[in-house]
Amino acid sequence: MTTQDFIQIILYFTLLIGLTPILGNFMFKVFTGEKHFLLPVFGRLERWTYSFSGINPEEESNWKSYTIHLLLFNLTGFIFLFLIQIFQAQMPLNPANLPNVSWHSAFNTSVSFMTNTNWQGYAGETTLSYFVQMIGLTVQNFVSAATGIAVLLALVRGLSRKSTDQLGSFWTDLTRSTLYVLLPLSILFSVVLVGQGVVQNFKTYETVQTVQGATQVIPQGPAASQIAIKQIGTNGGGYFNANSAHPFENPTPLSNFLEMLMILLIPAALTYTYGKMVGSTRQGWTIFTAMLILLLIGLSISLYAEYSSNAIFGKLPLMEGKETRFGITNSILWSTTTTAASNGSVNAMHDSLSPLAGMVAMINLMLGEVIFGGVGAGLYGMVIFVILTVFIAGLMVGRTPEYLGKKIQKFEVQMAIIAVLAPNLVILLFAALASVTAPGLTGLNNAGPHGLSEILYAYSSAAGNNGSAFAGLNANTVFYNLTLGAGMLIGRFGIIVPVLAIAGSMAKKNITPTSAGTFHTDNWLFLGLLIAVILIVGGLTHFPALSLGPISEHLLMNKGITF
Amino acid sequence: MKTLFLSIKIFFFFTVLTGILYPLLVTGIVQLTFPAQANGSLILKNNQVIGSELIGQRFDSIIYFSSRPSAIAYNPMPSGGSNFGLTNAKLKHSVDSIRSQFIIFNQLDNDTSIPAEMLFESASGLDPHISQKAALLQVDRIVKARNFNSDTRQQIIQGVKNMTEAPQLLFLGEERINVLVLNIELDKIATTNHTNTIN
Repeated sequence: MTTQDFIQIILYFTLLIGLTPILGNFMFKVFTGEKHFLLPVFGRLERWTYSFSGINPEEESNWKSYTIHLLLFNLTGFIFLFLIQIFQAQMPLNPANLPNVSWHSAFNTSVSFMTNTNWQGYAGETTLSYFVQMIGLTVQNFVSAATGIAVLLALVRGLSRKSTDQLGSFWTDLTRSTLYVLLPLSILFSVVLVGQGVVQNFKTYETVQTVQGATQVIPQGPAASQIAIKQIGTNGGGYFNANSAHPFENPTPLSNFLEMLMILLIPAALTYTYGKMVGSTRQGWTIFTAMLILLLIGLSISLYAEYSSNAIFGKLPLMEGKETRFGITNSILWSTTTTAASNGSVNAMHDSLSPLAGMVAMINLMLGEVIFGGVGAGLYGMVIFVILTVFIAGLMVGRTPEYLGKKIQKFEVQMAIIAVLAPNLVILLFAALASVTAPGLTGLNNAGPHGLSEILYAYSSAAGNNGSAFAGLNANTVFYNLTLGAGMLIGRFGIIVPVLAIAGSMAKKNITPTSAGTFHTDNWLFLGLLIAVILIVGGLTHFPALSLGPISEHLLMNKGITF
Repeated sequence: MKTLFLSIKIFFFFTVLTGILYPLLVTGIVQLTFPAQANGSLILKNNQVIGSELIGQRFDSIIYFSSRPSAIAYNPMPSGGSNFGLTNAKLKHSVDSIRSQFIIFNQLDNDTSIPAEMLFESASGLDPHISQKAALLQVDRIVKARNFNSDTRQQIIQGVKNMTEAPQLLFLGEERINVLVLNIELDKIATTNHTNTIN
């Protein structure tokens, strides 16, 4: 690595840390209904949303109604997206005359975009029309991210309110997240991206005679508007098949740097918003620091693995599946951040990463997408681990565990355990099923331990609602489309429902004032415990599978063995 | 039931807003501010589109700078890489054979160190760039194939150096050179020199 590589990494994290309180504070104002500078511009849109839909923004609901509103809204989106895909050929804005999508692929894609996963079994440029990309996918990019923020807000209200069963209004949370945070940032960022070379038009694909006289079809489309929100909303679903490795999706090192920054921007800033909303920014920074430390550990291991020589290619830089303009450092910084946040966009092919760098990406998914994680989703997932940590610490000292003055009791711990187990169950059971059945094994692109890694990665990505892939796996089959679709649903709602239940039960409790016996959750001791709990839970669950996949591949690679 | 209607209405509202108005607004803004980029950074020659500056093309002819190996042979429908893992025997085999082909094709010494991007396939299959070193290794082969004299050879080497892009904003990304733009420039040099000889 050169000095320039280190400068880029330092610049990246400096900007991220600097922007966290700025955007975090702005979002605090938005979500608590304070005045902010976007109200004069977008305030009217908010009022129109409510009057058009017949919503009373003042009307709050308890956790059960909040959950029902959320589920119905998501179901509506799913059905709409499914229908416009299977009837794509009858819809407008389809200059490439793409045919109807198969039912199982449409099911998978609809679930995928509704759950903020953006796993893609299809190739964008040869499967989906401009109509579906815009009216179907771009919309879900916004509202699935807003759904994640809404769940987080309900949880925060549960933690900071007392003796009530009201958690706020899902409709208001959804609307404000979309109108004041996601939409303005996306408009701004789309324009910047086009300035760097991302396409944004409605022209037909351009067929050209190349310099050497061959024919090349150059795809077009309204790409920038979708790419901006897929980075900002931790969605990650590419407009083109190669995602942000495609020169039209990520043309320059600057576009790359900004797209990478957008991956973590909102998840990071939300920790600050969280701190302000629970009444102590230290609580927010503690969580931020835990996330940052876990991210930096992963990044260091990945960079070390990629820059090490190996017995197969010697000292040759590992440029397979990487772009010249990004090189190794930017590819690894991206692969680590995109898997830590449940973004899942890629600028290099993860299937071709060195075994340990691929493993770090996989571990980021397996830990439950809590290292910054998805917009909203990462933080509420992290609060689940905070509750577990407080509970375990309580057991050790023999006191009733408390978090932010609220007693953690049987119900909260049960719900937290469900939220931790649901995605892990998906990963282990489905990956085991795919590894021993013909429909699972026929999709493999690589033999040996790397084949297992492809399967393991796919289900980890689905369960973590990440969406990135070891893309050699041919997953556009009935088997993979259905099992991965089920995995995404369990990984999303298997966490959201328990989290909302915890929010509902916490809201009812009283807040105990801080005393000499209070176990503090905003210091280094707690931070260390939290990181330990995350790593132990993840390690105990996944080490056996990882040792058969990436770890044995790494050892075999260093003996020069190929498959 | 009331909630269901409500969720359909608000979903419809957001579909219009984020699925129609938002992309249209962005399209409107960028078609005014960055029309060339928004439409694909297309390169015209005699009023014919011959490619996009951003999308790499396949170059395997002896008179052009070669582009990177591509898993999709630079056909963008759809884009993508090989997705071979490092322990995949096909990858090792492919790198070895590309290396020996590159050495024979460019008449280099057997122990020449070849830049990695010329041996490995890119992520998109459309990577428009190679390193300056990879371009310079190919100059002599092109000069010979095109019967250029030593002045033109110097001109090309200078051209490669001038066209190399430094990391953006001093330290973002890698040093690189755009193969398509370079080859178009090469054709221009060939035409001017040809005209000079006739004169």
